Amino acid sequence: MRFTPNDSAREHVTGAALYTEDLAHARPGVLYAWPVQSRHAHAQVVDIRSGGACEVDGFVRLLTAQDVPGENEVGTTRPDEALFPAVVRYHGQALSWVLASNERASRLAAERVEVEYEPLPAVLCPRQAAQAGDLLCEPQRIQRGSPSDALRSAPHRLQGGLELGGQEHFYLEPHGALAVQDEVGAVLVHSSTQHPTETQAIVARVLGLPNERIVCQSLRMGGAFGGKELQANAFAAVAAVGLHATGRPVCVRLERTCDMTISGKRHPFVAQFEVGFADDGKLLALEVDLLSDGGYSLDLSAPIMARALFHIDNCYFIEHLSVTGRVARTNHPSNTAFRGFGGPQAMVVIEDILDRVARTLGLDPREVRERNFYRAGDTTHYGQPVRDAERIERIWVQLLADADVEARAQAIAGHNAGSQHQKRGIAITPVKFGISFTTAFFNQAGALVLVYRDGSVQVNHGGTEMGQGLHTKIHAVATRALQVDPSAVRVMPTRTDKVPNTSATAASSGSDLNGAAVHDACAQIRGRLLPVAAELLGCPEDEVHFERGRVQGGGTELPFSELVEAAYLRRIPLFATGFYRTPGLDYDSARGRGTPFHYFAYGAAVAEVEVDTFTGQYRVCRVDILHDVGDSLSEQVDRGQIEGGFVQGMGWLTSEELCWGEQGQLLTRGPSTYKVPSAADCPPIFNVHLLERAHQPDVIYGSKAVGEPPFMLAMAVREALRAAVAAARGGGPVELGSPATPEQVYWALRGGRSAAQSSSQP
Amino acid sequence: MRAPPELVVNGQPTPLVELEAGTRLLDVLRSLGLPGAKEGCGEGECGACAVLCARRDRQGRTRLEAVNSCLVVGPSLPGLHVWTSEALASGSELHPVQRAMCRFGGSQCGYCTPGFVISMAAEYYRPDRSPGEADPEAIGGNLCRCTGYRPIRDALGSLGAVGPNDAFIQRLAQPTPAAFAWAGPDAEGPLHRPLELDQVVELLRRYPDARLVHGATDLGVEMHHGRARPVQLISLEAVAALRVFEEDAQHLRIGAGLPLSEVEQRLGGAVPLLEQLWPLFSSRLIRGRATLGGNLATASPIGDGSLALLALDAEAELLGQQGVRRLPLSEFFVGYRETQLAATEVIVSVRIPLPLAGAARFYKVSKRNQDDISIVAAAFAVHLRQGAVAGARLAYGGVAPTPVRALAAERALIGKPWGPTAIADASAALQGEFTPLGDHRGSADYRRALAAELLQKFWYETRA
Repeated sequence: MRFTPNDSAREHVTGAALYTEDLAHARPGVLYAWPVQSRHAHAQVVDIRSGGACEVDGFVRLLTAQDVPGENEVGTTRPDEALFPAVVRYHGQALSWVLASNERASRLAAERVEVEYEPLPAVLCPRQAAQAGDLLCEPQRIQRGSPSDALRSAPHRLQGGLELGGQEHFYLEPHGALAVQDEVGAVLVHSSTQHPTETQAIVARVLGLPNERIVCQSLRMGGAFGGKELQANAFAAVAAVGLHATGRPVCVRLERTCDMTISGKRHPFVAQFEVGFADDGKLLALEVDLLSDGGYSLDLSAPIMARALFHIDNCYFIEHLSVTGRVARTNHPSNTAFRGFGGPQAMVVIEDILDRVARTLGLDPREVRERNFYRAGDTTHYGQPVRDAERIERIWVQLLADADVEARAQAIAGHNAGSQHQKRGIAITPVKFGISFTTAFFNQAGALVLVYRDGSVQVNHGGTEMGQGLHTKIHAVATRALQVDPSAVRVMPTRTDKVPNTSATAASSGSDLNGAAVHDACAQIRGRLLPVAAELLGCPEDEVHFERGRVQGGGTELPFSELVEAAYLRRIPLFATGFYRTPGLDYDSARGRGTPFHYFAYGAAVAEVEVDTFTGQYRVCRVDILHDVGDSLSEQVDRGQIEGGFVQGMGWLTSEELCWGEQGQLLTRGPSTYKVPSAADCPPIFNVHLLERAHQPDVIYGSKAVGEPPFMLAMAVREALRAAVAAARGGGPVELGSPATPEQVYWALRGGRSAAQSSSQP
Repeated sequence: MRAPPELVVNGQPTPLVELEAGTRLLDVLRSLGLPGAKEGCGEGECGACAVLCARRDRQGRTRLEAVNSCLVVGPSLPGLHVWTSEALASGSELHPVQRAMCRFGGSQCGYCTPGFVISMAAEYYRPDRSPGEADPEAIGGNLCRCTGYRPIRDALGSLGAVGPNDAFIQRLAQPTPAAFAWAGPDAEGPLHRPLELDQVVELLRRYPDARLVHGATDLGVEMHHGRARPVQLISLEAVAALRVFEEDAQHLRIGAGLPLSEVEQRLGGAVPLLEQLWPLFSSRLIRGRATLGGNLATASPIGDGSLALLALDAEAELLGQQGVRRLPLSEFFVGYRETQLAATEVIVSVRIPLPLAGAARFYKVSKRNQDDISIVAAAFAVHLRQGAVAGARLAYGGVAPTPVRALAAERALIGKPWGPTAIADASAALQGEFTPLGDHRGSADYRRALAAELLQKFWYETRA
């Protein structure tokens, strides 16, 4: 086991780790920004006046569109996001910002800013928007075979629908940025961003400056999960405009309620499907229509829907399949990236379908799932060969054994027979998740590795650290590639003046891409050092051996630092840039055919739950996971991603419910009303294992991406709840709302809410 | 000019300049250049701002308690002894709690980590802790979005006994002064922390706009969201008379100002209904500051403590200018967040009559099993005599504008054998009793259904 502790753990536990807002503290003259938020979901802004804000002690000024020296526009895909909008498009949208000498004053002043609106009609329902043809992008479609013919000839057919709620990221550190002037009057923006290059570009656009005048640094983030892939840009832009307007450093820190009401979330989805299947539960044909609520602007909604279309199959071969996706424009915050990026929504749909098929036929859902697995040689509905398809079954069989599922299922049946009001359920679900940005050009990364004369090393790369352990893995890659002592290597904060034109740290790709780029740089440096080492050691180059800070050969050895100094004196460059582009990607979106993914990540989870039939409340008693991370770069980091992803996915599917008011205002706007899992929700028995013999060729040191795939392991909890409900109801299909709050479980126990209501009528 | 009041931060006396009603301990700490405590929510839900606080227990010993520094406001600050995550390590040597968190991979993004470390340190020094066991309650008030909690739980479970040379053990051996009387900026000013009950009444008379505050676990949230902006605050924390705890044959008398964590310790399980309440009420971070008096005075329709006290048939002892009066809690709540408490009155204690009912349960239905706000909560107590119901108190939260007793359903139970017929009659009576509203916690239909379901569950779990 390679034990590599988190490279910032010591700073975390002592409170010494700094986040963007903390950097503002020591800045003389720093101003704090507070948003003036819309009280309408859709309205023309007629006028904004400072009004009573001027009387607040500490108030400095109100920022409006007039203060923007460049373009008043922060949209990245197309110009549909004004920084200071003349038309507000959702309740809570920031329409201007107050600057004051402290946060309390900026908040008080923002409350006193006078805004005059002319309200416009708002669309708050994605179905209604879609019906009116109000879509954010062109509909997408992938088809294989002839699903409508195959449906007609199928022995069984089932139609249904499913609605999936959104999800608040609830990174513990809300959005934040700090803009300061550097020594020559250019702009340094500290931003809690997953995408410093884009933040740099947007700040440059808003200031009307070339990119070289802007440096963006992402020191570390207190969580991001996709929420800071794109949406951090606007806050950095506000800080930069504030700096431009006042000449003083400006800090933006969104208070939690502001963050939750301003920022976009995971896309809610509505699915309609018709499935045809055989007597044994084998799926013969499937037609699915997916509709997402994109919110007011495009953001990343199109590629998110694309990933949903790619993942409607999960682990299952469906010969005749058609899937369409539309993104509705509504007067909601612009929904955005969130761990899984559309994949989870589609995968829950297919798991829901499989369970309904199984229970319709009176079969064990586990068997029906198995029967439909991809086998070696199969291709997906978009024509990509499912490489390593045998891993699906290998994981499945091993997990069934490790988790003792057969015996436990029997014990649960026994328990349920003897228990009237406490019903248990167990379920196993698989995961297959495609790894690569589906927008091919993002699959590139750069690095800059600097070796100093004393043998110590700085590693710069384009990836950002948000808690996922990227810097820990990069540290391991650099240490291994250079064969130096781990203490000699420092991974630097991510800055756009070190590595330019980077991609977002997203799509689980951080260590695959940046790790390979760092490896490339290290290999170049090793290559240059090799002849020097051979000369110093007096042996042929192929006998030189680098190992953990020592260089050996010819029966002798020298420290790495001596080799480095000798190379310097010989005028050998001790730094290198590294680069990586993912090979073999080729996808034609017009035809819906090709290879969008470098490879697939696999896993499976077993969950056992116990439901109280009086109230619908439940607890997750035990979870077993087997997940494929290839040859792990850091087992502790990978296990952390698996467990954390699972619990976050469980939150999305159980307790995390976003509620909106009739005016389009978010009602669940803080942790008192929006319930992410707490420590008591962590399964008391939580076994997590990494798949052995799982080397992944063509990926850095045989590893695999791990950020997103485990999120979908939580589907086992939803299916286990359904099994418990089925046990209480004595069989048959179970319609379960999502998130499966106790209330939804309660209605499912009673055969659906409308049924329960009508049955309670006298 | 008088010297400003002081706060003791990580052992250093620190002057509190510009202390106002809305000054939060969190802001003071951060302004000192201590970034460890973070604002994750400002409403006492996430624990990222947790700090250790020295508290004097009833034997006069010092205890360390974790509190949310975002909810310690204005008049509570002077004289506090607090420690932040920055003060746990001794030089370069990490504290055992910090070492455990590193070893088990308990931090990912690290933003919540200082708060977890503080809650774990409070647990580490809890006198009745069993080393080697992970009590999930110890971290129940801290949210982590990265780890899924397993490594943190394992880190907690790995903690051994406290060593004899531990720096905090030495600090714990020293006394902590009790909260002292304090008023600022001068005796006529807006912040007060009196010692005596009659001073409280006098201050309420003199400052009609002043708000009483104790742990600020409700008021602090209102202040954070700008729904309350009191300028004058009267802290009850130094009033010893509010911390009574007395028991005789007829009554249990619990001071309105005893933090719930202390009520829990003093009762030691003597009131089973309250034992069930505590873990569902809130996290320890909140229970270390919240009081029964506060729970009653805020009169939230989903105030879990109020329900429990209603089911226990408690009465409130109120002190005003006219002296002391006692009011049964069944008459205390009059409307949404409205009570019989007069503007110049203070709740002194609650009196619970003895003996307790034979069958009693507290239930809470919420989206999350712990540390959540009730959709519907219920506290039931039934006296049985020879198998028949001799007395019943069915208290509900979340079904009406106030915590409320289901009087019709109670009547339907009286005199009947404790069985399905009585429950069916009571359930039928319940149907007409409340018209709950639907909101973001739960629909009206679900609430109405739960009122009856919980009664069914109560009978099922207490039947012979």
